[in-house]
Amino acid sequence: MNKERTVIIKYNAGNISSVYFALRRLGVEAEITGDPLSIKKAGKVIFPGVGEASSTMKYLKERGLDRLIPRLTQPVLGICLGMHLMCRTSEEGNTKCIGIFDAGVNRFVTGKVPHTGWNSITSLKGPLFETTAEKSYFYFVHSYYVPVNNSTVAVCDHDIKFAAAMQRNNFFATQFHPEKSGEAGEKVLKQFIEL
Amino acid sequence: MLAKRIVPCLDVKDGKVVKGVNFRNLRDIGDPVEHGAFYSSAGADELVYLDITATNEKRKLLAGLVRRIAETISIPFTVGGGIIEIDDAVVLLDAGADKISVNSAALVDPGLIDRIAALYGSQFIVLAIDAKEERGVWKVYAGGGTRPTGRELFSWAREVQERGAGEILFTSMNHDGTKKGYACKTLAALSDILSIPLIASGGAGRKEHFAEVFTKGNADAALAASVFHYREIEIDELKKELHEKNIPVRL
Repeated sequence: MNKERTVIIKYNAGNISSVYFALRRLGVEAEITGDPLSIKKAGKVIFPGVGEASSTMKYLKERGLDRLIPRLTQPVLGICLGMHLMCRTSEEGNTKCIGIFDAGVNRFVTGKVPHTGWNSITSLKGPLFETTAEKSYFYFVHSYYVPVNNSTVAVCDHDIKFAAAMQRNNFFATQFHPEKSGEAGEKVLKQFIEL
Repeated sequence: MLAKRIVPCLDVKDGKVVKGVNFRNLRDIGDPVEHGAFYSSAGADELVYLDITATNEKRKLLAGLVRRIAETISIPFTVGGGIIEIDDAVVLLDAGADKISVNSAALVDPGLIDRIAALYGSQFIVLAIDAKEERGVWKVYAGGGTRPTGRELFSWAREVQERGAGEILFTSMNHDGTKKGYACKTLAALSDILSIPLIASGGAGRKEHFAEVFTKGNADAALAASVFHYREIEIDELKKELHEKNIPVRL
């Protein structure tokens, strides 16, 4: 395992270049790959997120990534849809997901949907947020959310409280997009890269 | 609490930022990436790049510019202009755009909204509407406000939401370029019928106009171009003032 190597898991659809560019601004040249061996050997794995749950799960299954990801032992960071797919199930396309986090993913039924824009996060815990102040703002854009659960390490509020970030062992996940959250997001990405 | 967004708009022509008055008399004032970086550091919440000539001249936005923006800027940005088919959207997404804005093409082919939303999700598609109030009816225009379409603002807004648009960017042609304030009454009525976020555009001249568009217009985001370009309003000062008025903003 090369501790210095960061990989971004390649998706069938979705903007993953923004994660790549954000890492590059931090001086990290990440590799974008869907190759299981390359992912397995990486020091850090980022599982980014734009797209739709059921079609993305299908894509992951076809490549055996649904079995590989939960077995990874290095730090893994799921972002947005990546976080949803790390849960048990998602209401989006009634999808059975990877199941790293014992939580379901629900659709927002109140408030404006998609929840779009900058929202503040609270009840911060764990290494990702060591350099982040309570009530810092991050950029969100999503129609589905994970209710607050045992793995929650940051909470956000959009008519109801939901998990803004989660952690279980080496698995980290954010509902917000750190790669699009200006300086606040850079701090979180930096914390992850330096784990 | 979800913050109200301040969104500078960069009208782009031939790779340069311009700002017209009532969609005409374009003035060249600079590099889109530099402008975006400046706005981002001043506290802009996101950026909108509109290639205002793209539709008229049947020209596609340069993916290279989008890529340079994505490389440099760490806040979300929307790109619009000249998106006619799904392939145009794919090119922009691959280049690093967070969202695309569709306007005229959706008026000709409303199914384009469904197709983009199905492929990438609603969050990727901002539906821009230019409309003008004529004898009490808000009429939708295409082609940068040059062509009447026979559609009415409220029914079109409902339809695009149904089809899967993630946000609506409404420009009042009556207010655009006047600097006399946003179309707050119409915005509030639109916000009321929509479950997706609403971005207000057209009419910003003073800081109070932004406060009004959030409190009276119920907009989720306020877009403006010239007041920011010509530094008539500084974004950081504007956000401080909104904060003092108890309007939630990211400081």
